[in-house]
Amino acid sequence: MAENRPLASIEAVESGLAAQGYIASRQIATAVYLSQQIEKPILVEGPAGVGKTELAKAIAAWRGMKMIRLQCYEGLDEAKALYEWKYAKQLLYTQILKDKLGEVLGGAPTLEAALNQLHDFGDVFFSKEFVEPRPLLQALEQPTGCVLLVDEIDKSDAEFESLLLEILSDFQVTIPELGTVVAVSPPTVILTSNSERDLGDALKRRCLHLHIGFPEQKLEERIVESRVPSISQTLRRQMVGFINEVRTLDLKKLPSVSETIDWARVLVLLQAPELGHEVVKDTLNVLLKYEADIEATMPQVSTFIAKASRQGVFG
Amino acid sequence: MRENLHRFFRAARGAGVRLSPAESIDAMRAVSKVGFTDRAILRDTFLLTLAKTQDEKKALGDCFDLFFDQPEPEQPPEAGKADEQDPSGSNTASDSPGGGGQAEGLGALAQMLLAQDRNAISAAIASAANAASLSDIRYFTQRGIFSGRILDQMGIQRLRDDLDNLTATNPALAERLTNALDGLRGTVRDTVSQALMLYGREEAENLRNEILRNAPLSRIEPRQVEQMRHLIRQIARRLRERYSKPRKRQRRGHLDVRRTLRRNAAWGGVPFLTAWKRRHRDKPKIVALCDVSGSVARVSDFFLLLIHSLHEVVDDVRSFAFSGHLIEVSGILESKSPEEAMAEIMSKVGFGSSDYGSSLADFEDEWMSTITPQTTVIVLGDARSNNLDPRADILRRIAERSKRLVWLNPEGRMAWGWGDSEMPRYSTFCSVVRQCATAKQLERAVSDIVASYQ
Repeated sequence: MAENRPLASIEAVESGLAAQGYIASRQIATAVYLSQQIEKPILVEGPAGVGKTELAKAIAAWRGMKMIRLQCYEGLDEAKALYEWKYAKQLLYTQILKDKLGEVLGGAPTLEAALNQLHDFGDVFFSKEFVEPRPLLQALEQPTGCVLLVDEIDKSDAEFESLLLEILSDFQVTIPELGTVVAVSPPTVILTSNSERDLGDALKRRCLHLHIGFPEQKLEERIVESRVPSISQTLRRQMVGFINEVRTLDLKKLPSVSETIDWARVLVLLQAPELGHEVVKDTLNVLLKYEADIEATMPQVSTFIAKASRQGVFG
Repeated sequence: MRENLHRFFRAARGAGVRLSPAESIDAMRAVSKVGFTDRAILRDTFLLTLAKTQDEKKALGDCFDLFFDQPEPEQPPEAGKADEQDPSGSNTASDSPGGGGQAEGLGALAQMLLAQDRNAISAAIASAANAASLSDIRYFTQRGIFSGRILDQMGIQRLRDDLDNLTATNPALAERLTNALDGLRGTVRDTVSQALMLYGREEAENLRNEILRNAPLSRIEPRQVEQMRHLIRQIARRLRERYSKPRKRQRRGHLDVRRTLRRNAAWGGVPFLTAWKRRHRDKPKIVALCDVSGSVARVSDFFLLLIHSLHEVVDDVRSFAFSGHLIEVSGILESKSPEEAMAEIMSKVGFGSSDYGSSLADFEDEWMSTITPQTTVIVLGDARSNNLDPRADILRRIAERSKRLVWLNPEGRMAWGWGDSEMPRYSTFCSVVRQCATAKQLERAVSDIVASYQ
């Protein structure tokens, strides 16, 4: 595929991601560029809904690569992340091959000879055929490379982090029975974290550390523009201004980019010509996810709308 | 340029960013890909490769701005750039032109100063600073030494000799040279100060924190209170990191039959995968009783701040404050900023003479039921009950109901039992009694309490 060649420049990354509807800030583009150039995974941190997972999807779509996603959760282990033996298949095969085995072993005069013969093809049952590759192994086996998204790594246990280290630094895993599997072509690895717990230094050291915060107003307007093209310019400016005002409040959960986009869609659906008091009050629940937050914002709505519209005039 | 990068890494370490050699190698590789042309990109590159947390990113960003905004004077070939960035206005203050002609027979430094060759001077300062290994500077007390060393390296001795000779032969030139020398001193001092800011920040902070950690909490000065709060927050963060690890430990050796069977249902109950019993650990439950009278108040303040910033680790904290009588303060502490909360608590119960007996009675009447066998009860106070009935019997009942009873006393052991101190009578019922006067002791005490649940 044409997109698979090495990335030319940071600008190329920016425009490439933009073509997929992902408006990246300079820092994000630099991170993606560098991760390709020095072959390091990116660890993306930031509040929920700022587009951490989207970034991985956008990269995959832009470069025409497959995306393999590993969703982390507490208790995730090797068997579910890396590989597993197909026990049932192994059992089934031994059952079916029972007679065959009996034939082969029947010729042996002593128990010892039988055992030796068994040793000779014993490894058959622990071969590639019986390995069920899980996301991590799949990612290494993709011939054309892929984007491996390890989502919400902070939700997994500390032990799982250690498991990832080998993959992250050398793009290989070691399966005791088979040996080391090296990546056919190194995947682009993106790890995301909501900072629920602090990750280990060893993991952090192997990654580029990218923090995505809430975007600046201009950038957010561009994001809305690319995601909800049907929204009018004034309304876009007003709503982004409004959301930026809301973010200055001390809320349980601040509205992030995904909420902005949802709200823009709702406003378009309601065919609101501009940001009015009533419309905002009716749709505030799209933006804020806690009753207490809505209550805290309600009295401020008028002021925020006024501020946002003023910005519209001068901006 | 590599030299400059190394210096930057050293400066970054000074700013408190932990950098391993591997990380600096990665940063070098990254820099070689993006180049030096765009400063914003260079900054982003460093932030991406070197910093590992949000705090580090901020520190590193500041350090980057400081380092590259006033680049340490370059080697001569590149010194052209230094023109607009040269921090030293003092060299050029005297505006008498030329003067190189009269300078024959003088030392190199004198000639340089008289010629007012700013680039050459900055270059000379830079190389002298390198020779004096200025980047090793750690404490502000070393400023004099390093300034001296740099001036020595630049040949100040020769300059002084020249100056002595000139005073006799050419007083006008001597005066100009003296002025120039003063300017040079100023510039060198600035260079050293800047280096101190770059390389010595963390060390200085460590030193200050170390002093603060060992200072008696009850007697710190008002201007240090803010710093102390900061320190307490750091301690809280450290404790959180240490103790908020997963609290399920597998117990190898005890098969969990039910879970094993369920997990292996797909293989007809043949146990390929085994599940082991887990032991669940409780999160700490804490009930804190804090004396807020007189000198103990400040210690209580910091203690409450610490305990309440541990919410990831500690499941459930109920705090009570007392002097003459006792009230619950958990709500106040949770809803307000530390300063406001403490002010409100003080206005409600502070400023009385302490009466441990009636405060304990208050607690028994209303809140005894909050204590369960999983609870650690912490009492913080000097146990000076103004010769009123200590009601040690209530403390005994508290001790019986709870998992542990810890008494933290800001007074030294020497004072326990002297005067109106009831410490010996109380301490018989306590699982642990310890002195708790400084931030360090506070950290130890809280750390032990939390660790007892692990």
